[in-house]
Amino acid sequence: MTTPSYTRSDFQTDQEVRWCPGCGDYTILASVQQFLAGLGRAREEFVFISGIGCSSRFPYYMNTYGMHSIHGRAPAIATGVAATRPELSVWVITGDGDGLSIGGNHLIHALRRNVNIKILLFNNQIYGLTKGQYSPTSEPGKTTKSSPFGSIDYPFNPISLALGAEASFVARTLDMDRNHTQAILQAAYEHEGASFIEIYQNCNVFNDKAFIQVTGKEERVHNRIDLEHGKPIVFDGGAKAVVLRGGQATVVDSNSVDPSAILVHDETRPDPSVAFALSRISHGPYGPTPLGIFRNVNRPTYDEEFNDQVAKAKERSGEGDLGKLITSRGTWTVSEKSPNGSAGSNGSGGNGSGPSES
Amino acid sequence: MADEIATEDPSSTPTESLEKVVVRFAGDSGDGMQVAGSRFTDASALFGNDLATLPSFPAEIRAPAGTLPGVSSFQVQIADFDILTAGDAPDCLVAMNPAALMKNLKDLRQGGTLIVNTDAFEERNLTKAGYETNPLEDGSLDAYRTIKVPMDSLTKEAVKDTGVSGRSVLRSKNFFALGLLAWLFHRPTEPTIKWAEKKFAGKPEVVAANVEAFKAGYNFGITTEATKITFEVKPATLRPGTYTNVNGNTALAWGLIAASQLSGLPLFYGTYPITPASDILHELSRHKNFGVRTFQAEDEIAGVGTAIGAAFAGNLAVTGSSGPGIALKSESISLAFMTELPLIVINVQRGGPSTGLPTKPEQSDLLFSLYGRHGESPLPVIAASSPSNAFQMAIEAARIALKYMTPVMLLSDNYVANGSEPWLLPDIDSLEPMEVEFAQHPNGPDGVFLPYMRDVDTFARPWAKPGTPGLEHRIGGLEKEAISGNVSYDPNNHQLMTDTRAWKVANIANDIPELEVDGDKDADLLVLGWGSTFGTIRAAARRARLEGRKVATAHLHYINPLPKNLGDVLGSYDKILLPEMNTGQLLKVIRAEFLIDVVGLNKVAGEPFKVSEVTEKIMEMTK
Ligand code: SF4
Repeated sequence: MTTPSYTRSDFQTDQEVRWCPGCGDYTILASVQQFLAGLGRAREEFVFISGIGCSSRFPYYMNTYGMHSIHGRAPAIATGVAATRPELSVWVITGDGDGLSIGGNHLIHALRRNVNIKILLFNNQIYGLTKGQYSPTSEPGKTTKSSPFGSIDYPFNPISLALGAEASFVARTLDMDRNHTQAILQAAYEHEGASFIEIYQNCNVFNDKAFIQVTGKEERVHNRIDLEHGKPIVFDGGAKAVVLRGGQATVVDSNSVDPSAILVHDETRPDPSVAFALSRISHGPYGPTPLGIFRNVNRPTYDEEFNDQVAKAKERSGEGDLGKLITSRGTWTVSEKSPNGSAGSNGSGGNGSGPSES
Repeated sequence: MADEIATEDPSSTPTESLEKVVVRFAGDSGDGMQVAGSRFTDASALFGNDLATLPSFPAEIRAPAGTLPGVSSFQVQIADFDILTAGDAPDCLVAMNPAALMKNLKDLRQGGTLIVNTDAFEERNLTKAGYETNPLEDGSLDAYRTIKVPMDSLTKEAVKDTGVSGRSVLRSKNFFALGLLAWLFHRPTEPTIKWAEKKFAGKPEVVAANVEAFKAGYNFGITTEATKITFEVKPATLRPGTYTNVNGNTALAWGLIAASQLSGLPLFYGTYPITPASDILHELSRHKNFGVRTFQAEDEIAGVGTAIGAAFAGNLAVTGSSGPGIALKSESISLAFMTELPLIVINVQRGGPSTGLPTKPEQSDLLFSLYGRHGESPLPVIAASSPSNAFQMAIEAARIALKYMTPVMLLSDNYVANGSEPWLLPDIDSLEPMEVEFAQHPNGPDGVFLPYMRDVDTFARPWAKPGTPGLEHRIGGLEKEAISGNVSYDPNNHQLMTDTRAWKVANIANDIPELEVDGDKDADLLVLGWGSTFGTIRAAARRARLEGRKVATAHLHYINPLPKNLGDVLGSYDKILLPEMNTGQLLKVIRAEFLIDVVGLNKVAGEPFKVSEVTEKIMEMTK
């Protein structure tokens, strides 16, 4: 088999991209297209399924198979594709409203089952398409069109949620850092099973600079914690470090602790507790916030077992035989000369004028 | 073991030959009445009777023992001719406790046979059932041929050497009752004993206990000459062929498997457990060697969502539920309609609205099936008329969905789903294969694939499976531009696409059988029906004919689109009666479509029509 060689443009469609100018979605689209082109995998093997929202326009701009479905349901629809066609590479594009509000149930169950789908959750902490209401990741007190006196909803931490939902791959990246995004996409792609990636995405129209603490030139130096597998977790130019205290991940001054006390990141830890602790360092992008892969462990994938059961059943009982199936519950035969009469009865549904039933 | 049962009744009990008999087993939901009823049915089926069954379960899994809500029953009619229903009134009632008697005695025919478990008639149970005096003693059962049997003590005695102990002992009392009925109605004993041996294989003590109890019941009949007369119902004169006894949920599941084989597409069933549709899931999940993949989703919406994904991926995709679940699926069904993907949606209707009567039949989702989606979204809607017919209608649903690239609604109801009847097995080789052609090559200029370029005959759009090189395309819920399938907000395009989608579905009328009329050519009255009322309507018409009335019947299996000749059929009768287990839903459709004033006979009592109810109306209208 020859490996197709693609450039980014092979993954672009002729459809005009309709996001607002300056929207973070553009950068993510470019990252994904570039990443896929680099994989060299046949274009027809990719399927992108989205729900509803700004980000969910995504499949229209990807020259692959795709479906722009309905609000919140993309993980379910993608599960139907991935579970029955495990040879495909199936991606879900969702947002904080689509994936965490109306579609929260499907998201957590797809993660729990470990279906081989790659879920990209564009988190802009706002409802964009409906023009600016607070979302399930908006910060408390946020003033929006639907919360003129401030939102009183306590927000989700998407990473904590995914870990709680038994996800086997959990990561966070940023729209504007294309290298970081592509590295995370690569790891997610290689992971067998469900991959969950939260992507901080700037909505410059309704929630501009929501991620400034981790994206701003000045701010990010102090706040961006890059999780790197096998390395001690330090940031802010080495000035700050993360240690575990009583099970809690705590930010300390590096020079206040013995270097051996600094937490060494291990994304493959079978137990998710430490990954969860890391996800709690910040409940939103408002201070020091970890980016990268929180968890990356192997466990059986749903699609593998789903199809394995079929294969095993065929091995055990042979290919199904319809004739055998419909006679499997016992049969009896009425012959032309049946004991109590002759052939040619009316049969059910006939115009009987025979005996009448009670 | 069976040979320990005397094959010839050594007692001198005379035997009366009956054309038909209706038997109802009633007891506490823990008394095993469904098992007893099904065993009696299977033995009768194998014996060659025609039959029809009607189980009735309490909504609660285990309502408090001995109470009225806890009563579970199973009714079967067996006959030596082709019958159509489970019968209106039992000729024989088995009442395992006072609550069962209280709830069911009113239905027993005057002079009918009543078998009571006297051990259960102690004060506590009598009180729970609402009896002030013991009916066994106060003369209130004098109008019936009552057989009083201390079933608890006799069962205990019968199973004492089998190794079962404690609470398990009394579990076998349904087999005692079954044995007694086997004697009373001259049923073959072999099938029941064989069934127990197979069902409880690996638990020899349970097999022994059930078989011993069964024999004890049988021998009780002989030795005590429990009644002055026994009954026999000879085998029926059914059409020659091989039969099996099947309920509607099983037949429907088998029909889906058949459709998968006929189309060569793997079957995917995405669903969420719900009464009374779950048995379709249970049945399908057993047959993975047919390539069947069942998916128990996190909710109803994911049930249909995964099915839509599976349809996009190239499977024969099916979702199934009952009314409340279909309501949740509504938005997704619209997506399948908009994306023009083949999808079968099964609705096993139950009593509604809301949670309603989960274990009771109703036909009240018809308008919901026709119109219960936002926007202009007509779906093909078809309905199974009997348990065995569900097999054929499942195949039909697949045929329409695949040929026309559309979701199809297949209606069943609790009466079809859980009722059973003998099914004359079709010749598998004679079933029509379905030709499914996936798009393989670009269909537009310059190697472009146009996902909404339609077939000139069916108006179906091409089905291109992901993985096919060169056919990468996007579909979705936004309005599509004709031919290209690109998103379009153009007013004329929306008009065109709305009309096209409606026309595609309406055009299916050219591809379904015309409505057949059964009965007197010069009838004064046509009785029209759809769904599970089939048997009752035909039986009622028969009865009216015996009274000299001229009646025709016609039954709709296709409700959208309607058969092309329906208008002509309706136009040729002065009077039309339409019995429905709803408040007149098809009636509204008929009036709207044909401006014909059909007379409704409507019942929403959580139970099917009795034949007598329909007959009475026919008599009234044909005076
Ligand atoms: S509203 Fe916000 S998220 Fe939506 S496209 Fe515009 S900038 Fe992007």
